Amino acid sequence: MTNSQLTPGVAAGRLDAAHLAANFADVAPPLGMYEARVAADRCYFCFDAPCVTACPTSIDIPLFIRQIATDTPEAAARTIFAQNILGGTCARVCPTENLCEGACVREAAEGKPVEIGALQRFATDRLMAAGGHPFTRAAPTGRKVAVVGAGPAGLSCAHRLALLGHAVTLYDARPKAGGLNEYGLAAYKVPGGFAQAEVEWLLKIGGIAVVSGWALGREGSLDDLRAGHDAVFLGIGLGGVNALGLAGEQLDQVLPATDFIRELRQASDLAQLPVGRDVVVVGGGMTAIDAAVQSKLLGAENVTIVYRRSQAEMPASRHEQDHATASGVKIIPNAAPVAIFGAGAVREVEFAYTRPGPKGLELTSQTFRLKADQLFTAIGQRLAGTPVPLALDGNKIAVTGAGRTSLPNVWAGGDCAVGGDDLTVTAVAEGRDVAMDIHASLKGA
Amino acid sequence: MADLNTTFIGIKSPNPFWLASAPPTDKEYNVRRAYQAGWGGVVWKTLGEDGPPVVNVNGPRYGAIWGADRRLLGLNNIELITDRPLEVNLREIKQVKRDWRDRALVVSLMVPCTEDSWKAILKRVEETDADGVELNFGCPHGMAERGMGSAVGQVPEYIEMVTRWCKENTRMPVIVKLTPNIADIRKPAEAALRGGADAVSLINTINSITSVDLDLFAPQPTLDGKGTHGGYCGPAVKPIALNMVAEIARNPATRGLPISGIGGVTTWRDAAEFMALGAGNVQVCTAVMTYGFKIVQEMISGLSDYMDAKGFTSTSDLVGRAVPNVTDWQYLNLNYVTKAVISQADCIKCGRCYAACEDTSHQAIAMSADRVFTVKEEECVACNLCVDVCPVAGCITMRELAPGEVDKRTGRATAAYANWTTHPNNPSARAAE
Repeated sequence: MTNSQLTPGVAAGRLDAAHLAANFADVAPPLGMYEARVAADRCYFCFDAPCVTACPTSIDIPLFIRQIATDTPEAAARTIFAQNILGGTCARVCPTENLCEGACVREAAEGKPVEIGALQRFATDRLMAAGGHPFTRAAPTGRKVAVVGAGPAGLSCAHRLALLGHAVTLYDARPKAGGLNEYGLAAYKVPGGFAQAEVEWLLKIGGIAVVSGWALGREGSLDDLRAGHDAVFLGIGLGGVNALGLAGEQLDQVLPATDFIRELRQASDLAQLPVGRDVVVVGGGMTAIDAAVQSKLLGAENVTIVYRRSQAEMPASRHEQDHATASGVKIIPNAAPVAIFGAGAVREVEFAYTRPGPKGLELTSQTFRLKADQLFTAIGQRLAGTPVPLALDGNKIAVTGAGRTSLPNVWAGGDCAVGGDDLTVTAVAEGRDVAMDIHASLKGA
Repeated sequence: MADLNTTFIGIKSPNPFWLASAPPTDKEYNVRRAYQAGWGGVVWKTLGEDGPPVVNVNGPRYGAIWGADRRLLGLNNIELITDRPLEVNLREIKQVKRDWRDRALVVSLMVPCTEDSWKAILKRVEETDADGVELNFGCPHGMAERGMGSAVGQVPEYIEMVTRWCKENTRMPVIVKLTPNIADIRKPAEAALRGGADAVSLINTINSITSVDLDLFAPQPTLDGKGTHGGYCGPAVKPIALNMVAEIARNPATRGLPISGIGGVTTWRDAAEFMALGAGNVQVCTAVMTYGFKIVQEMISGLSDYMDAKGFTSTSDLVGRAVPNVTDWQYLNLNYVTKAVISQADCIKCGRCYAACEDTSHQAIAMSADRVFTVKEEECVACNLCVDVCPVAGCITMRELAPGEVDKRTGRATAAYANWTTHPNNPSARAAE
């Protein structure tokens, strides 16, 4: 290995294998039995607990924590999975400080909430490690449902439908199921092939046929699906990315952050994955954080996140921001890109500082330039591919009630549908609720 | 720094903290280190009569109850009296006492129920220059099956008889250690006093099974698939011990009888509570078995600071100070009315007060949609449960109604002291004179 953090340009192998392994290890190691018991004992078992209200999937958190405290982690896991079948992923990636832990009364009391996320992982890990599946499928109903997109929304919807006895075909455009769990989250949050293990475990409910490499509009149309099934659920996510709209955006190494994250997640050897010496990420959400931190962990010397609004307005949680800065990423708020320079590949990006104006954000005359061997854009995603023949609301599929679209027998949920907040846990909740609505609709039919 | 020197039935010690007769006081090595750590006195682990030593089990001797953080809350033991030869114990006692003249050294004894047995061992103990003896009438396991320990302590006549034998056969002060495994603690204390005891010490351990192994279906601690009841001690037993100490302290028949308080003493505060209820000193065991001898340093500094703050110059200023305030239910003031008050500034909105009151008590707490909890004074009986379940100390307090203020629950204005003995609902109420 000859490359280092100081190697100019975009290069692979900036760090040796041992450093890479340490950098991409589990960012939040699991609690041991004793730690879990102590953490569980901190729960006050609140009446009508605020944490449950704050959870998009309404997991009965005080109950599952009490079940851990009384040495029955598998009962705790059943409590979790009954509401959120992807409770394992959510335990790892939920921005708990904005959800359950943010609402925890001990956060109000002493600024130190019960470690709900870590406890949820403790319980779900135990049950999943035990093998088997905690739920039994109802007798087949003879109804067929197509679920398009095997991400959090689709998996959640498919599992609930299968549980209720419906026959589900789960289509996904990519080779592997899991959606963002497999292709979109930072590797250190879900190490050890967790996303695939979770999918395999989830499918043990039975009644779900997975069809990979099948994209809506490419391998088949919505009409085809409607003709062959009693109901269709679209959980296709947002496959397109928003562009900066600047000259120079076509230069080499100007990439959507999602592409970089996806390649990293699928890389068999991180030492072979190239990364710039100077990396600039534009955006303020989780995708920006995940791309920036992982660039740093791969060995980039300088990684900078530039966000157009104030740091407090960043969609990424404060915990994630702190994780980024603790990892050596610099965050520059209140600045927006105005020009990209380079020849062949990007070399430099110019930014202007911003300020709030009467008509929204406006650029000031103060500018600065950042060296950039790579520029990752993370300024939002949009529906991609063939437009579906459904009413849209902005850039997303319009829905009413529990994910009902403008077409009969077609539902949508997760990031592709309007509403929600682009969180895994919200997608899981929507998928589950749509499944219940489809079930009610099929029973009534 | 307050003066903690204590004289208990003529036995002087630099502080009122003694180690109870138990494993920590079974040998010279331990007792010397306890004195070095600062313990004011020691009751040497119970000696039996001369002959083949006692045999202990070779499996677990202790069972435990823990909090979730594995804090030891209660300990149960099935250990017997010392299993070391009598000659060795007596030799060590003499050597230790010779080197530590300023510390109290009392020897615990348990021999069969004949005067000759007691007479013989008392003579041997006297030769050690020990400060006194404590008669072990308390151990509820093992030795009791052989007619000793609590088998004696549960029969007041035996207590009186053995105490009298001892007083007649020794010049040493005699402390009688009482078992709590009886219906009325006043009876054995009265018997000890009749027998001439200089003091009583209590409580010994409480008969118990700490837990059941749900795979083996056997009580714990489990030996080869079986278990037996053992003596329970530690922080969990303190409330039971406090009551028994208070009952003896306020019993007219035993008032003034010196008491050595035992039962879950873990901190200076526990010790001060026992002393306030009438104990002249305290004995500690489980706390040192959990944390080691060093805890006495906290007990010394804590009690000293407390006494300074209160202006007490001697431990005798504290001893018994709470006894006049221990009374019978029938004398409690039924016209004393309080209402719970929830501090909204301190409330963390957990709702535990609401769940407790709504589900199990008087439906006297209201909960708004935005989780504001308020007391409904017209329903509040002032039971205090909300205070007890609230995780924030001081968030819920009890407000005493002002003189003449109307209790919204009963519609009656507060009135002067009146108790059950004169209450109209009491069939045996005495007519007002």
